[in-house]
Formats: sequence, C-alpha cells, structure tokens
Amino acid sequence: MSRMLRRLGEGVSNRALVALGLVFAALLLAPLVSNGYVLSVLIIALYYAYAGQAWNVMMGFCGQLSLGHSLYVGVAAYAAAIFFVKWNVPPVIGMFAAIAVAMAFGAVIGFLAFRFSVSGVYFALLTIAFAEFTRIGFDHFTWAGGSGGFFLKVEDRAADLITLRGPPIMFYYVMLALTALAFLFCRMLTQSRVGYYWFAIREDQEAAQALGINVFRYKMLAVIVSSGMTSLAGVFFAFYYNNLFPEQIFSMARSIELILGPIIGGLGTLFGPILGAFVLTVLADLVTEVLVFTGYDIPGVKQVFYGLCLAVVVIWLPLGIWPPLKRRLGLEGRS
Amino acid sequence: MTALLEVRGLSKSFRGLRAVSQVSFDVPQGEIVALIGPNGAGKTTCFNMIAGAFPPSDGTVRLGGRDITGLRADQICRAGIGRTFQIVKPFAGLTVHENVTVGALNAFADLADARAKAAEVLQLLGLWAKRDQPASSLTLPDRKRLEVARALGTGPQLLLLDEVMAGLRPTETDQMVAVFRQLNEKTGLTILLIEHVMRAVMALARRIVVLHHGETIAMGDPETVVRDPAVLDVYLGAEAL
Repeated sequence: MSRMLRRLGEGVSNRALVALGLVFAALLLAPLVSNGYVLSVLIIALYYAYAGQAWNVMMGFCGQLSLGHSLYVGVAAYAAAIFFVKWNVPPVIGMFAAIAVAMAFGAVIGFLAFRFSVSGVYFALLTIAFAEFTRIGFDHFTWAGGSGGFFLKVEDRAADLITLRGPPIMFYYVMLALTALAFLFCRMLTQSRVGYYWFAIREDQEAAQALGINVFRYKMLAVIVSSGMTSLAGVFFAFYYNNLFPEQIFSMARSIELILGPIIGGLGTLFGPILGAFVLTVLADLVTEVLVFTGYDIPGVKQVFYGLCLAVVVIWLPLGIWPPLKRRLGLEGRS
Repeated sequence: MTALLEVRGLSKSFRGLRAVSQVSFDVPQGEIVALIGPNGAGKTTCFNMIAGAFPPSDGTVRLGGRDITGLRADQICRAGIGRTFQIVKPFAGLTVHENVTVGALNAFADLADARAKAAEVLQLLGLWAKRDQPASSLTLPDRKRLEVARALGTGPQLLLLDEVMAGLRPTETDQMVAVFRQLNEKTGLTILLIEHVMRAVMALARRIVVLHHGETIAMGDPETVVRDPAVLDVYLGAEAL
C-alpha cells in the first residue's frame, strides 16, 4: 500500500504536486464564493472532467476510439434510477448494478470487436451502433418510461449521500470526489504494468504482442475499466437531473461532448481531461453569457464554440492544451 | 548438443504462393545461427512463423522440446523467444526507457524490477544516455538498437534478430556484433539471425542456413557454406570468394 502511494508520486516534481494541491484546494473552496449559477456550471465541468477521464482510459491509454460512451452513461443512469424508483434501492447500492450493467455492455462490445479484429474506424462505428440501438431499445422499453422519459421524484431535502437527494452543493462535492478519485486511479494505472501494456498497445499492437502482451485481454480490460468508470457519471446524471430521455442520454452528441474535454486538454494525459472539461464548459458558458448580456441570444452558440476550440487545438496544439502548458509552467517530471 | 529450437518441415503458402517450403533446421542451445539468402527467399516468413505472427501452413516448431507451433506471438514470447522486426516498430510516443520496460515486464512482475532490467539492457546497447527521449526522436540505427533492447528485455532464451545490422555503419556493426558475442558467451543466449551484412554473419554465426525460393539450399558451418557453389550462384556471387 505504501509502495503504491510512493509510486503515485514517483517522477512528479514538487512544483507539480504543489500546483495540484492548489487546484484541488481551489475546487474545494469554489462553492463558498459561487452563486447558484456558477455552481451549476462547475458541476457540469466536473461531470465532463470525470467522464472524460473515464473515456481517456480507453482512447488515451489504450488507443481504442469509442464514440459511443453515452451508452455507458445511459444504461448506468437507467439502472440506478430504476433500482431507486421501482424497488427503493438507494443509489449507494444501485450504483453497483449500474457499474455491472455498463461493464457488461463494454465487455460485449469489446469481445465482438477484439475477437473479430474490428479496429480503428470500424471499432468506432461499432460503438456508435451499440449506443444507437440501445437508445432505440429504451425508446420502446415502456416499463422504464419508453421515449416519454423516466423520472425521479424531485425532493427538497437536506443532503443525503445514501439516496443522492440534496442540494446542488452536495452534487458538486460528489462529482469533485469522483473526479479526484478517478485522477488518482488513472495515475495508479499509468504507474503499473497495465498502464505500460495499454500504452504499448496504443503505439503498436503487433510489437506489443511480440513482447508477450495478450493484446485481447488488455484491450478488454481497457473497455471494461472505462465503461465501469463512465457508469458512475451516469448514476450522477440520473440523480442530478431527475429525468432520463433515451434520445437525449444515448445521443451521439452526448458522446461527442464527453470526448471533447480529453481531446482538447490532452489525450492520454492525466490532467488533460480535467483541464479540457473546465476550459470548454466554463468558456462556453462565459461566451454565451457575454453574448446574452450584449443582446445576442444565439441558439447553438455553445456548439459553435466547441467546434472552434476543437479546430484550434487540432491545428495548433495537436497534443492538446495540457502538454505545452505543463512545460510552460515548469511542471515537467523529474526522472 | 541438444537443440533449443527445432524447425521441421516448415511451410507457408499465401493464396497459392509457396513462400516457404519444407524448411528444417536446428538451433542448438547456446549457439548463434544465421539464416541468409536473397530477398524474397522466405527468411522473414520463417521468422514470423517461429515467432507466432502467423501460423505455418505445415510443419512444426519446437522450443526446448515443447511444441509451440501455431501459438500466438505473446504466448511464444512468454515461452522464451524474443524477436525484433525488420521494419522497426518502436512505441513512438513512449520514452526509450519505457519502450524497454514494456519488454522487461514480460520477465518481471514488479515495475521497479522491470525498469531496473531495462536500464541494464539500455546500458549494454549504448542507449542509456537517450533513455528519456521519446522513441520517435531516435535515428534509424538507434531504433534498430531499441528493437534489440526491447526483445532482450523480455528475458528470452532464444533471440530472433531480423536484419538488425541493416543501415548501420561498419563500426556500429562491429559494436553490435560485440554485444551479441558478449551476451552469447556470458549468458549463453541462443541467437537466430537473419542478416545480409556478411561481415556480421561471419563474425557471429557458428552455423548458417541458406534459403532460396523458400527452400533450404545449404546448411553448415560458415566456411563450408560460403564456398558452396549453389550459395555462390544464387546469393553471394562468385566474387565473395
């Protein structure tokens, strides 16, 4: 255990540790100086930071492009919500069902793809296909509301972590805890055999296999870990928004939004997904607000902004914002 | 002397094209054997079948008496065969040290041990000074060395080298030859190499197998093989004498 802790900090400069501590402290204190609106934006930013981190495990670490991560968000959201509404099982227990369901979906997709050597663009298409037909399935799943939606009772009560019922500030800290844990978990992964093997597979599958790596097994592991992590974002989604519509939660737009953070922040990096999510969410809201303030209420301006960010990053910062920023701030690791 | 690697009747057809036909040879424990022949003779195809990149159409491969025919590449690596690729395949986005650590994780369960083993191999191959560079920044000769380092990191009993001297200057070739000699003498590492650089072949190999059009046309100690009329005719040319 202590060895694991030591390894977490290995190769990280003191400067970087201090910077990380400051960021975390700032996030801990942020609600004290935020109004309701700012808090809601921060919650969404944390949601994307967490989900982006989860997606990054599959794409950033293992090189498997999923464009259907809304599937895991969706099935997990439904699973936890159904357990709570239909059987009165609180999400603190229901989340295990949600994790299991999402992982099962991940395992099926992974098995089909990796067993039959579906890779690259075709793999990405397969992930979209699964998300799409699951959406259609839930549209007709009338027991869970069908296309009319599935709702949780909105209650005004004090924070209750067992049932995830409470004010926004509770959701903020839940999401912050998840994001921090995911960050540490991913750090742990990259400092382990699994992480090295994933990187090797991402870089060159054939060479990886020649070095004794069971490529199928490690790719399966990446999908299962990623889908399992993503599922908790789904549980949060269900209990924060209290309503689930298949056409929204499973939509491809949701999958794309989820992956923009890590791409813009820095694929395969640990801090990139967090940075990317905050840059996108906070700036996009800022742009919208400024436009509204100046009298231009343009629908879809957020999406245009996302597109611009993506274009800027792809053209000028192909590694994402974080790697060059890290260098600029002098936070590079020691060896 | 017992054979570490026994290849018997190895054959491969690609859609009717017979790339390798009934190739049989032994690589004795602790020896260095070279596989030579003109381009397209089937050398790399042989390697790929031994290393599990694809299964043979016919024939068997045994390592230390164990039948490893048709196993996957990762299983064959774990069985004790490390290989390099003729067209180098570095993990471009990883550092040199990380590249070799991936290989060393085959032999060591613990990451720290694997990194230490990788460091040792990097020093041996003269890549230690470049350990923190991304592999993408390496020159071709260094990438060739990295291929060897990674394969060595896996802790193989048998090392398959596919033209690792190609593109190296004569002095670099001699350095590499010295490294393999040292490994062979000190650790008893068995080596099977494909090589066009005859300078390296003659300096290293105790036995040579010559392939032409997918068939074995000569086999034996280097002096005999390089004088073999058939070999001179198809590969080395009479001026090699």
